[in-house]
Amino acid sequence: MQTVGSKQGVARRDFAPWTDHTLAPLLRIEGLTKRFGAYPAVDNLSLAIYPGEFFALLGPSGCGKTTLLRLIAGFERASAGRILLDGVDLLPVPPHRRPVNMMFQSYALFPHLTVAGNVAFGLKQEGLPKAQIAKRVGEMLALVHLENFGSRKPHELSGGQRQRVALARSLVKRPRILLLDEPMAALDKKLRGETQFELMELQRRLGLTFIIVTHDQSEAMTVADRIAVMDRGHLMQVAPPAEIYEQPNSRWVADFIGSVNLFEGRVGLDGSSVEGTALGRLRVGAKIAAEPGAPVWVAVRPEQLRMGPNPAEPDAQWALENDVAATLADVAYLGDLSIYRLRTAAGVPLQASRANVGPFAPRTIASNDKVWLNFPRAAAIVLTQ
Amino acid sequence: MRKLSAFNLATLVLGIAFLYLPIVILIVYSFNASRLVVVWGGWSMHWYAELAGDAPLLGAAFISLRVALVSATAATVLGTLAAVALVRFGRFRGRLLFAAMIYAPLVMPEVITGLSMLLLFVAISVDRGFWTVVIAHTTMALCFVAVIVQARLVDFDMSLEEAAMDLGASPGRTFMAVTLPLILPAIAASWMLAFALSLDDLVIASFTTGPGATTLPIRIYSEVRLGVSPEMNAVCSIVVAVVGIAVIAASLLTKIGAARGAPAGN
Amino acid sequence: MSDAHKSMAKPRRSFVAKLVVRLPYAWLVAFFLVPFLIVLKISLSQTAIAQPPYTPIFDLAGGWHGIASFFAGLSLDNYAFLGSDPLYFLSYLKSLEIAALSTVMLLVIGYPIAYAMTRAPRRMQAVLVLLVILPFWTSFLIRIYAWMNILQHDGPLNRLLLALDLVREPPVWLSTNTAVYIGIVYSYLPFMVLPLYATLEKLDESLLEAAADLGCPRWKAFWLVTMPLSAPGVIAGALLCFIPAVGEFVIPDLLGGSRTAMIGQTIWTEFFANKDWPTASAVAVVLVCLLVTPIVIFQHQTMRGIERD
Repeated sequence: MQTVGSKQGVARRDFAPWTDHTLAPLLRIEGLTKRFGAYPAVDNLSLAIYPGEFFALLGPSGCGKTTLLRLIAGFERASAGRILLDGVDLLPVPPHRRPVNMMFQSYALFPHLTVAGNVAFGLKQEGLPKAQIAKRVGEMLALVHLENFGSRKPHELSGGQRQRVALARSLVKRPRILLLDEPMAALDKKLRGETQFELMELQRRLGLTFIIVTHDQSEAMTVADRIAVMDRGHLMQVAPPAEIYEQPNSRWVADFIGSVNLFEGRVGLDGSSVEGTALGRLRVGAKIAAEPGAPVWVAVRPEQLRMGPNPAEPDAQWALENDVAATLADVAYLGDLSIYRLRTAAGVPLQASRANVGPFAPRTIASNDKVWLNFPRAAAIVLTQ
Repeated sequence: MRKLSAFNLATLVLGIAFLYLPIVILIVYSFNASRLVVVWGGWSMHWYAELAGDAPLLGAAFISLRVALVSATAATVLGTLAAVALVRFGRFRGRLLFAAMIYAPLVMPEVITGLSMLLLFVAISVDRGFWTVVIAHTTMALCFVAVIVQARLVDFDMSLEEAAMDLGASPGRTFMAVTLPLILPAIAASWMLAFALSLDDLVIASFTTGPGATTLPIRIYSEVRLGVSPEMNAVCSIVVAVVGIAVIAASLLTKIGAARGAPAGN
Repeated sequence: MSDAHKSMAKPRRSFVAKLVVRLPYAWLVAFFLVPFLIVLKISLSQTAIAQPPYTPIFDLAGGWHGIASFFAGLSLDNYAFLGSDPLYFLSYLKSLEIAALSTVMLLVIGYPIAYAMTRAPRRMQAVLVLLVILPFWTSFLIRIYAWMNILQHDGPLNRLLLALDLVREPPVWLSTNTAVYIGIVYSYLPFMVLPLYATLEKLDESLLEAAADLGCPRWKAFWLVTMPLSAPGVIAGALLCFIPAVGEFVIPDLLGGSRTAMIGQTIWTEFFANKDWPTASAVAVVLVCLLVTPIVIFQHQTMRGIERD
């Protein structure tokens, strides 16, 4: 399990409770397994989430992230394992008695109740006095900027408004943990971007713990303090966004998050190079944690590859010690950046990207041009699995 | 907007005419002043006035209404329970037999349903009358109710119920506060269907009825076997009018209900 | 993720939850299953035992011995009797023939109507569906009675035919097979049109556009695309009409002749007129067996349809 402490790339500079071993986690999952028939959707999974965290479960569809969320909410019965909230096992507790609330992907707004009725629903179940319910509903609607929509029915609202009602409804009970199942999947791209920041602001203002399920990498990287990357019921890596991107712990994670050039080789005798890759010998930044001769993979992000008409100067400021000649096959112009598809003389495909900075930055490279690619030792990520 | 071809338009007009013309002719003839059904004697309300004095006929109509009210209500309750059991209880012991018993009466010829009911009542020596007809109609109609409500429940968005439980409502409260209000239109529609089926039934009622519990269809049937009569034209026209207005009103109501969402449940 | 909900089934259920299953279950066992078993039993018993006055049919007090003697007392005499009298065989045959022929007629009439409905503008379609359903809500008996009016000797139909000089002598309609066919087609038309419409309506319009794009003329596209894809609706409609038509009683009784009775009438007569319960029960059991076959086919078809989806 990856509980390696790191504060790298965290939006809140001083917020990293997972590195503090004196803190008790809010939610602790131990050996949790959920099988549908013989197929394990969640497989012997352990995880600790701390108070105030914005935690993202990220993975391809069918990786078990939604099942994990539904296990926490109580909509699925675990096959094995424990879910401890403040040290108390949640598994025997039925969903309606768990102090967690969920925001559904479909929003699941009650179509026969008004906006205020929807938000009040959870408070009514607690048997609170009417005046108090009205007060809290009012506050909640104000928080999501829907003060004047209390008497509308859900079908009279726009998609974005409905999403905010769902959020208000799940927050009004002040849950110990708010579970969000793809909360922005139904919004269009522009609105999604704004909502992500609103959600982060809300979470910090209320000081609540959020667990979000998403298949959208950029969404997870935007909102989360830590991301758990899942595949086939397993946690592949749990770390802050920057660490996931810059220090993936496996080929799978490196390949799943963003784009990557991967080269297989063997650890060199000096312990800081990889030999026998498709690009020949590659020098890496640190000592490799494997015996010389062991099979490893070198991962290089496209934006780390620099392109030039000539080989890098040996004494260049960047110490661009890995060089390769290639021919440009295709360019995809995306506005903010361009993506270049290249091929070495030996036919190895490569991908590089470059930000299009400056007014009408001259894009001097065209198809079939010969270029030199180079990257610094530090940009080479060595993966042993 | 698509335009209908001449052929399709003609088909629709002929089809609708075929469905409605016999009923229209029946209604027109009910206003015929002449005692001879086939001779047109001018417009008259005579036969309707005649009906007001026909005590046995009014009695039969009253019995039919009572049977339909009681059996439709019982069938709606039992059928809704059956639908909930089928959709929401997963696999339980005897589920296959349960499902078979719900679908079988739908295709069972009425003659056989009636016959078997009668033999049961004889076997347990129950005097046949109002209640035996009610039981028979309830049994037949509950299967229709179960099928309609089941279809609605299958379509039901499960996340609504999960949301209610997530917000602290127990399974029972969830059903009452969320599920029931949302399937109410389907339940109302199936009550109406059960009511109409009961009001309409001749065969099953003939088998299971006893002295003093002659329903309207039995009464009409015994008259109609002897041939067409102006009084029967009038009776049938009234039934058609009542049912027609009720169905149109109900379908308008459900449309409004669907447009506005079901009424608020607080 | 689709069977996620099913796995929610709770192992322990409250008293109320148990009632939800048990109440309708008990009702159906008591008033559907048990009566049908009684019919089966009477059909297998000697005529003398089950005839009125109503002698006890079950001897539950007799315990195992009673049950053993009960099974010993069963006989197939009534079924042998059905085989010996051609009346029953002809009655079954006529029921099947009338049901099959009217199902074909219903298809021929119903298909163009259902198809035309799907071609109508969207908003009109809802009205058309209501118009097709509405007669179904008005009493069955009354709709048959309406045809008795029309088909009488001096009725509107004959007068129209005479006025148009289509016939010299007014034809006899009532008490003929023709009247039975008219009655069945008229009463069952909604059952044929609605499933056909439901299937045709779901048909993706772009399939026809694709066919046209690939050079297929409209009429041919109808034959090669629409027809094969509407097969589930055709089967559903045909069964919805055929099955109840076989057991039909009211239509042949009011509109048909008395020469050969349909099987529903035979059961009715055996029961009410002849008071021969065991024979009536045997006729009923054979009819159920006849009807089970198409139902099994239908089930099989729907299952295959569900799997395909």
